[in-house]
Amino acid sequence: MSMRLRVNPLRCDAYGHCAELLPELIEVDEWGYPIVLAEPVPQELEAAARRAAGACPRLALLLERAPD
Amino acid sequence: MSALASLPTLSDRLLPGGPARDLAGHLELYGPLPPVADDRRDLIRLVEESGLTGRGGAGFPTAVKLRAVARGGRAVVVANGTEGEPASAKDKALMTRNPQLVLDGVLVAADLVGAAEAIVAVSREDRASIDALGSALRERRDAARVRIATPPERFVTGEETALVSWLNGGDAKPAFTPPRPYEAGVRGRPTLVQNVETLANLALVVRNGPAWFRAAGTEAEPGTALVTVSGAVRRPGVVEVALGTTLGDAIDLCGGLATPPQAILGGGYFGSWLPPDLDLPLANEALRPLGGALGARAIAVLPMGVCGVVETARVAGYLAGEGAGQCGPCVFGLRAVAESLALIARREPGAAAALARLPRLGAQIAGRGACAHPDGALGFVRSALQAFAGELDAHLAGRCSATDHRPLLPTPLTTADWR
Repeated sequence: MSMRLRVNPLRCDAYGHCAELLPELIEVDEWGYPIVLAEPVPQELEAAARRAAGACPRLALLLERAPD
Repeated sequence: MSALASLPTLSDRLLPGGPARDLAGHLELYGPLPPVADDRRDLIRLVEESGLTGRGGAGFPTAVKLRAVARGGRAVVVANGTEGEPASAKDKALMTRNPQLVLDGVLVAADLVGAAEAIVAVSREDRASIDALGSALRERRDAARVRIATPPERFVTGEETALVSWLNGGDAKPAFTPPRPYEAGVRGRPTLVQNVETLANLALVVRNGPAWFRAAGTEAEPGTALVTVSGAVRRPGVVEVALGTTLGDAIDLCGGLATPPQAILGGGYFGSWLPPDLDLPLANEALRPLGGALGARAIAVLPMGVCGVVETARVAGYLAGEGAGQCGPCVFGLRAVAESLALIARREPGAAAALARLPRLGAQIAGRGACAHPDGALGFVRSALQAFAGELDAHLAGRCSATDHRPLLPTPLTTADWR
């Protein structure tokens, strides 16, 4: 089962924690909002992705099952 | 089988002309509605065979939506007549001139998905449609489950999750999906949100069958469409044409061109600037290779002498202001795009840098809103960069070829709040 990261843009307030914790998969745009670079999340980065999602103060980063 | 066999052409199904009809006149013209509740599955299959797609802009197959909502049980139907797109007037034309056909469609849809509740949503400012639908509703005995609701008039109100959010007591702002309304909409129930023109067509499909429906339009895009034609035509307005009719024929129905055309905006403010090719068929099949789509079928003819760059900049500013203000990339991105275009339109220092900045802005905005607002606005701007390449160069050199500086495309000042 592969996972993907998705940003809920309604909740995101550009704290930027996710991009600091997971630079391999997330960069920020010129206003500080996260851009997810790739999906699915490679298996070796899944734990880091989970940490990044958990660290979002707005609960705006979602680690969810990738659609088939 | 067809109650409409006697109508003179295939393109006056939805707007048959003549004086407004009361319920008796309506039934005389169209015939009675067949009973629906007993054979829902068979009727949805007929809708599938008809090839009817959504007339609100996205063009999603109606039967697929009906089936998905019917599966859920305890459904709600929402007829979308909000029409927040300033370049479009076709839903208003339909609701004021043929309200009974819209109500027919609402009732058929409610029966097909098993809904005990149906809501017709019309912008609060649109008194004419509210009055016409209200009078039509009072004439009927079969419509006790239908009510009219009046959300605030804003560009994004008609986005289906925004409409559902407002109906649920919140702001008329788009929501994060999933769930989509067909899964969980009004009060959490499976909700069928359909444009009013789609519903009017649905009422004709169950009356006359799929073969009749397909007698107008193309194989891939059957039926007729209500098209709003504005700009450089003699009689701007709403006309009904078979899908696949050429742009020139639609313009002829509006009295023909008033002045030589420079470009065509097809699909409204989420649409594309296209070359003024009058042989272009009004069908997505024909427009897609040009990077366009018909959307809600609003067409504006840009005359020679009006600056396409200035028009695009003004509409981009309008669209930036009409966002719901919820998603950062849309708020900051569309604002930056609009500011860049304004610099270019005014031929100010920094215009060249602003033009160079646009592709990078676009890449940062695309696909990053909760709804289609940023992507729709971006598509419109991108098409302008292509269609008005020469005029852009002129602007960078400090020139503008416009001789007529009156604004063409409507960009109304929105004062409505979100409730």
